[in-house]
Amino acid sequence: MLSIANLQVSVADTPILRGLSLDVPAGEVHAIMGPNGAGKSTLGYALAGRPGYEPTGGSATLDGEDLLELDPNERAAAGLFLSFQYPLEIPGVPALTFVRTALNAQRRAQGLPESSAPEFLKAARAAAGQLKIDFDMLKRPLNVGFSGGEKKRMEVLQMALLQPRFLILDETDSGLDIDALRVVADGVNALRSPDRSMLVITHYQRLLDYIVPDRVHVLAAGRIVASGGPELAHTLEAEGYDRIVGEAA
Amino acid sequence: MSLHPNPLQFAAGLTRGAPLPSRRHEAWKYSDLLRVLRELPPGSPAAEPSGQGPFAGLADLALVFVNGRGPEAATLGGVTAVRFISDATGTAHESRLRLRVPEGVSATLLESYEGHGSAYFANTLLEIALEPGARLERIVLADEPETAVSVSTADVRLSTGASYAQTVLTSGARLQRLETHVRHPGAGAAVRLDGVYVLAGARHADLTTAVDHEGETGTTSQLTKGAVRDTARGVFQGRITVRKGADGTDARMGHHALILSDRAEVDAKPELEIWADDVSCAHGNTVGSLDQDALFYARARGMDEATAKALLTEAFLGEVLDRMEHDGARELARAWLQERLQ
Repeated sequence: MLSIANLQVSVADTPILRGLSLDVPAGEVHAIMGPNGAGKSTLGYALAGRPGYEPTGGSATLDGEDLLELDPNERAAAGLFLSFQYPLEIPGVPALTFVRTALNAQRRAQGLPESSAPEFLKAARAAAGQLKIDFDMLKRPLNVGFSGGEKKRMEVLQMALLQPRFLILDETDSGLDIDALRVVADGVNALRSPDRSMLVITHYQRLLDYIVPDRVHVLAAGRIVASGGPELAHTLEAEGYDRIVGEAA
Repeated sequence: MSLHPNPLQFAAGLTRGAPLPSRRHEAWKYSDLLRVLRELPPGSPAAEPSGQGPFAGLADLALVFVNGRGPEAATLGGVTAVRFISDATGTAHESRLRLRVPEGVSATLLESYEGHGSAYFANTLLEIALEPGARLERIVLADEPETAVSVSTADVRLSTGASYAQTVLTSGARLQRLETHVRHPGAGAAVRLDGVYVLAGARHADLTTAVDHEGETGTTSQLTKGAVRDTARGVFQGRITVRKGADGTDARMGHHALILSDRAEVDAKPELEIWADDVSCAHGNTVGSLDQDALFYARARGMDEATAKALLTEAFLGEVLDRMEHDGARELARAWLQERLQ
């Protein structure tokens, strides 16, 4: 599914990712953990194509398709979804309008017919119910005045409606209390399937108790320095990043 | 900006041989009429009206002008459409209309500027009087050819307890100026003065307003927003004067514009002139580009750049349309805006 080889990315001419390699096969959930400043968010932004995150070497492909050559919207149409650590507020655009516009833009890019209004509303109603989002909230401008937890739920709602093949969750647990975390994790887990993969970026192990990964990778100074099973997250939580990062250095 | 104390007299001069204002005139420095006209074109011939106009079906009564020919005056009540149609090429015409809203009456005015032909000069003069306790919502939709020169001047006089709300929507022309003067007596009278300009190509639109607070405790709420692309130019001149003795006035003016290309331009001149005490006045003016983070967020969700820009621009300008009271006209304005942003 996702294959990253020796990826190097600079931000404002400063190298942040320095030869990162990673394979996430179809149906698997991989976690990226690491200390602050390791390059975790840079990885998410670089894969999604954010301006200013300049790939200077290596490759990143989704089912063989070169992501780095594509515009951000083409990456989305290819099935990539980045859940933002800080979802943007979009004044004046109702959440439903935003998501339906995005969905139909993807469908046009994929050569598919647009989603009809009744069809879309039915799907939105079902997704909102599952995420315990009051449907009326979807008529309000997206994320404007929403709490941190509400914004994260809106991100999961968008995933559920856009049905991407590959999800990147950037610090999806930040700002969530335990109840909100459970709702968000349930929403993400409902999307797990044999033909969908996920990359869960997180600083803390807590989220991984709810979204249990198949593999855990440790990112430090722009490279993967250790990989293991879900137990690696617990080791990191107990011992901190210093030992593993120090050994790798 | 030193507008003429008698705006209709000044406007009438434009089609009657008075020297055309150029950028050397303070009030016209961003909209140089002399440069685009050089001299007054010959008079436009009579013509027949065509089409039903943008507000067809929304009004109880339609007043129709073609090349300056139309009724002299009307009394408003209910919903009235006024169509200023230009069907002319290389000629000039003047339309003049007096409107009155009787005491205690609520009325809606749906005013359209429609153009056929090219390179005409249309000069429109409106005198609008609101009697005590009258209410008027005036909605102006101006869609004219890119070669047209069009100047519309409205002189609005409010009596005590009257309420006047205005929304001007325009896509510009070679040079288009929509100028509104409001005499505000205070004493329970209320004014809302809004505008939206969406300009592409080499179009130019100028929204100029002057509100004169003459009495105590009057309110004015003003919001104009615009988006310009290609080599288009938007002009906003807004002046609020609070005269001596107009204490307790509450006046707010906002102008906010998006510049969507490197060569587009917006000129803004907001002015507050305050001679009274205990007033609450504020103005805000911003000119900038779309929020790049929001643009990336929309694109990362699958919107191509054009779709994302149109959606965010529509949302930015839509705030003005939300303030419109007439439901049918608001829906029409939304559709017009979406079409202009395609």
